[in-house]
Amino acid sequence: MTSVAETSPRKSSYGGAARRWSAIVWRELSTVAITMFGLLLITFLIARVVPIDPVLAIVGDNARPDVYDAARAELGLDKPLWQQFAIYIGKVFTGDLGRSVLTSNTVVDDIKRVFPATLELATLGTIFGCAIGIPLGVLAAVYQGRWPDQIARVIGLFGYSIPIFWIGLMALLLFYAKLGWVAGPGRVGVAFQDFVTPITGIVVIDAALEGEWEAFWDAWSHLILPSSVLALFSLAYVSRMARSFMITELQQQYVIAARVKGMSEFRVIWRHALRNAFVPLITVIALSYAHLLEGSVLTETIFAWPGLGRYITNSLLNADMNAVLGGTLVIGAVFIGVNLLSDILGRLVDPRTR
Amino acid sequence: MGDSPLTNWTDYLITDSPSSRRQARLGQFYRQWLAFKRNRLAMLGLGIVVALLLVAAFAPLIATADPLAQNLDKRLLPPSLVNFFGTDSLGRDIFSRIVFGTRVTLVIVILVVITVGPVGLLIGAASGYLGGWVDRLLMRITDVFLAFPRLVLALAFVAALGPGLENAVIAIAITAWPPYARVARAETLIIRQQDYIAAVRLQGASQWRIVWKHVVPMCLPSLIVRTTLDMAGIILTAAGLGFLGLGAQPPIPEWGAMISAGREQIFDQWWVATFPGLAICIVALGFNLLGDGLRDVMDAR
Repeated sequence: MTSVAETSPRKSSYGGAARRWSAIVWRELSTVAITMFGLLLITFLIARVVPIDPVLAIVGDNARPDVYDAARAELGLDKPLWQQFAIYIGKVFTGDLGRSVLTSNTVVDDIKRVFPATLELATLGTIFGCAIGIPLGVLAAVYQGRWPDQIARVIGLFGYSIPIFWIGLMALLLFYAKLGWVAGPGRVGVAFQDFVTPITGIVVIDAALEGEWEAFWDAWSHLILPSSVLALFSLAYVSRMARSFMITELQQQYVIAARVKGMSEFRVIWRHALRNAFVPLITVIALSYAHLLEGSVLTETIFAWPGLGRYITNSLLNADMNAVLGGTLVIGAVFIGVNLLSDILGRLVDPRTR
Repeated sequence: MGDSPLTNWTDYLITDSPSSRRQARLGQFYRQWLAFKRNRLAMLGLGIVVALLLVAAFAPLIATADPLAQNLDKRLLPPSLVNFFGTDSLGRDIFSRIVFGTRVTLVIVILVVITVGPVGLLIGAASGYLGGWVDRLLMRITDVFLAFPRLVLALAFVAALGPGLENAVIAIAITAWPPYARVARAETLIIRQQDYIAAVRLQGASQWRIVWKHVVPMCLPSLIVRTTLDMAGIILTAAGLGFLGLGAQPPIPEWGAMISAGREQIFDQWWVATFPGLAICIVALGFNLLGDGLRDVMDAR
């Protein structure tokens, strides 16, 4: 009897949950669609206002008018603007971002080649940032106003005040040139160039998979400095937010209840309060990850890191608009994707939203 | 003793029953100032920002040399009593260039803020007050801009507009307004429910009058806080664009571009890139500290 009483309300709540989930999915999808549309519109308009004439870039300055017009028609530039936009959207969704003038490859191929390097950097930066930032934020909340809190505060302030490209240069000067602790700019040393066959495209993982430990340590030694520089910014943001979420959680009644029951303070803080603070933290970590992709634009320039950021800036300096806008589009799309993912993860982890 | 002029001033300011609007407002400022003064870090921030303004104003008096004067005989000299921060690869005095660079930084920050602040305020206030489809449309646009990485978007805009100080300012402004609109909207949604707005509406005030005269002024404190905190971000973005060669063009002494110029000599002549970076750090830190302090006293929610 009891089992029937228990299961019947559950069944009806499953139906309700399904409806609620479909509403949520619908809302998320429409948000993503609209944001994606806006992203495409902006990159399209930027391409329109560029003072460089793409037709002249193909036919040259001295082309006859009929040749010019033919090239113009071939590029679709004689059509009305909204049609051009529709064609542009169609092209993007079939994976055609045009051809890079600089490398003469398609932009999609170029981005496929450089993106793993950026991913490697941003991922490791986020891992470092969270591994230090979350415990630091928790300690700052527990010892509010005391020295862990002050350390967190100082790191936060510096993270928000130091130009990333400058601290990168200073780190190179100190740890590479003066102390010689790490390898310099670049992703692997000259000796190990093309040494590792790409499997995932991420050199440290590939080297480990292939058992090339010398190459692995060389790549690691190149990776550690740029990712630590990125991690400083992730650390500043994550620790600040972790602190404020933890302060909220530690004031909740379940914390008092747990303490009254005689639970150890360690368990209360790290098992109970942190678990609850972790739900909003997921969004924060996702956001900081997305921002590290952006921060990589400047970091990669400093460390000669062959990733997406350097690809964009290099193309920029050579007025290679297809490549610039393609890169912008990819970073924007990753931003949107990461936001969506963090929303979904937050819902999955938090039982209250189920 | 109680009738010395100073005490009278204090009495005037801290009275519980101000007799005029001006007195009430001044009294509020005075109380906020007292609270602000107690925060040492915030005072340090204020000091840095005031120093920045003074250095920018009196740059020709402080600088020891012409920031643009090249002297190839004195290339890459280390810091000394003549050249406090050394010289760069064209023999220009780095100290003087940093001093004049305060002007460039201030120009960028001020131009961005005077374009972004009012635009964000108006969009946010209109969106929050009018509601309905206006709100949905404006917030959708805001969300689209917020969904983008700021620096990358600014890069793309500068790529389209061409490098230069003005274009860098435009690009930063285009990417910087959405958070302001968000803050203004959130404030407006709270203010809209207040009784005094209902009273003004019953007196027959037009919607624009309500938004402009009654809603916008109430949004100002949180927007000022937001702006101050944002200044550091604006300075860092501008320096980043300058570093990539897309902001102020040489020979303008822009700090980001100066770091970029010192990059080639970083391992041999460390001072060329180090000092402009320190200047950026100090100024950004100043705005962050000031913003934190202002938030504590003006926006204590």
